[in-house]
Amino acid sequence: MSDSDTGPDDVFDVDRIRRLVELMEQHDLREVDLRQAEQRIRLCRGAEMVYASPVAPPALATPSSPPASAAPAAAAPAPPPAEVVEEHMVIVRSPMVGTFYARPNPNADPFVKIGDMVAPETTVCIIEAMKVFNEIPAETRGKIVAVLVDDEEPVDHGRPLFKIDTRAS
Amino acid sequence: MYKRILVANRGEIALRVIRACRELGVETVAIFSEADRGSAYLELVDEAYCVGPPKSAHSYLKIDQVISAAEVGNVEAIHPGYGFLAENAHFNEVCRSCNIDFIGPTPEAMNLLGDKNHARALAREVKVPVVPGSEGLVDDEAAAIQVAHEIGFPVLVKATAGGGGKGMRIASNDLALKSAFSQARAEAQAAFGNAGVYLEKFIERPRHIEVQIIADNHGTVVYLWERDCSTQRRHQKLIEETPAPNLPDRVRLEMCECAVRLVKRANYTNAGTVEFIVDQDNNFYFIEVNARIQVEHPVTEMTTGIDLIKSQILVASGEPLPFKQKNVKVTGCSIECRINAENPKANFQPCPGVIRRLITPGGPGVRWDSHVHQGYNVPPFYDSMIGKLIVHQPTRAEAITCMQRALAELRVEGIHTTVPFHAKVLAHTDFVDGWVDTSFVERAFFAQPL
Repeated sequence: MSDSDTGPDDVFDVDRIRRLVELMEQHDLREVDLRQAEQRIRLCRGAEMVYASPVAPPALATPSSPPASAAPAAAAPAPPPAEVVEEHMVIVRSPMVGTFYARPNPNADPFVKIGDMVAPETTVCIIEAMKVFNEIPAETRGKIVAVLVDDEEPVDHGRPLFKIDTRAS
Repeated sequence: MYKRILVANRGEIALRVIRACRELGVETVAIFSEADRGSAYLELVDEAYCVGPPKSAHSYLKIDQVISAAEVGNVEAIHPGYGFLAENAHFNEVCRSCNIDFIGPTPEAMNLLGDKNHARALAREVKVPVVPGSEGLVDDEAAAIQVAHEIGFPVLVKATAGGGGKGMRIASNDLALKSAFSQARAEAQAAFGNAGVYLEKFIERPRHIEVQIIADNHGTVVYLWERDCSTQRRHQKLIEETPAPNLPDRVRLEMCECAVRLVKRANYTNAGTVEFIVDQDNNFYFIEVNARIQVEHPVTEMTTGIDLIKSQILVASGEPLPFKQKNVKVTGCSIECRINAENPKANFQPCPGVIRRLITPGGPGVRWDSHVHQGYNVPPFYDSMIGKLIVHQPTRAEAITCMQRALAELRVEGIHTTVPFHAKVLAHTDFVDGWVDTSFVERAFFAQPL
């Protein structure tokens, strides 16, 4: 990655990153993962899930990109992974490594889109791993307010997929 | 040479493999659990995938997750490191069926030598001495007692599917043997899913000496000499060194040649270690083969100048070994201390937590293999080893002095470590004189008979 001037189209352009951070705060996003050609940046906002004593926020982004979150995690050990970002918002996360498919097959409509109501047993996507197509349930009741991955994108364990507003009925 | 490989491990060995790949120009894909998210060494790889929550059983040991990461990461081969899936023949087979190379031996060789009883039978076939014991598995108490009377007490009841010092019980008479036999079978079933046990004569004050071998896919098998790993506590190695002190050259050479014979007979390829125990009269007996790269491989690297991890990757990719037996030269003496996050004053209780301050040693002949850094949070979910301190000097006395110097420089604050204990062991006359067997640590420091 060049350390000379970055242009506005570059993922690492400071203005672009600043805007991204603003957008993240505005829309209450926890993670943004961008790829452009050979470059990739991932911004994580807020305290990461921790299982033991305090740990610094992770940075999968390259070292020269400014971190979106500077606050270290809380001093007390956090409870097991909380799916709740704000009280009424729930993030559906990938339980496995694989490829995310928004549709049951290439010709069909996506399983869900923004605005759809889901029940706990509603299939929200497929994650394909080792040739097995796993249907992923919402596990929550509410309204889809955000789709956080692209169709056919590789995902890993813990990757945020959807945001559901449980207040909606 | 591969374009890209996946490192199916964590911590120091993951970093070790990543380093070798970076020098070979091979791209790397790493896997990590939620507990290892944000580890510094993950910044060195091309792609990294989270494979599950902290517990190994739900992450590093989940074959489907590891293979998915390999497929999504588009790798040609997987390096399993040590522990985890490194000696899992089923995982080896799954890799193969997904057209991914497993950097290690074939599943067939792994199965053949992984079953300790089969390995013993193979050793007998190629005239490698084995510890006197039962011909095969012992199925009932009566048979156990008969064998014990033939070979003489004390005897060890050992699980055929065991390893790493687990699944063994000692008995000194018929009564003790009866309970040891049934307990060992029950434990073996629970721990390894295989209740098969066999009997071996218990050798008093044995030395644990192992031979490093490496074989390519073109028929070349080379021994890289031996390592003495007798300094152990509860069957876990603390300190390893090469060459083995006070071992006659004739015995050393014979052991190496036996190792090669056995490995050839099993059609074993890639790196492996043949373990022997050596009694007080310098008779050696084959115990088992470790079909993987081992924790203590660095001491062999220091004295031979051969990078074992690179050699593994080379061999797996189909290339011939760049050296023959006659090219292997050893110089000096190398010692390794396994630094664990444990409190030696509290029965070696594991000490996870944040390393508030870390100062690592350096200088001539000092090597520090570790994934930890200042601020690193040692997780409670995995083994307690935080790093390996290795030294290499022209003589054993200088190596011990150098190690003492390096241990004194190593500062790890915020957690307890075994550093002070290592210093004590290295200062003990038995160690300095090179007369150490596997009961040394317990006898000298814990006054416990083995």
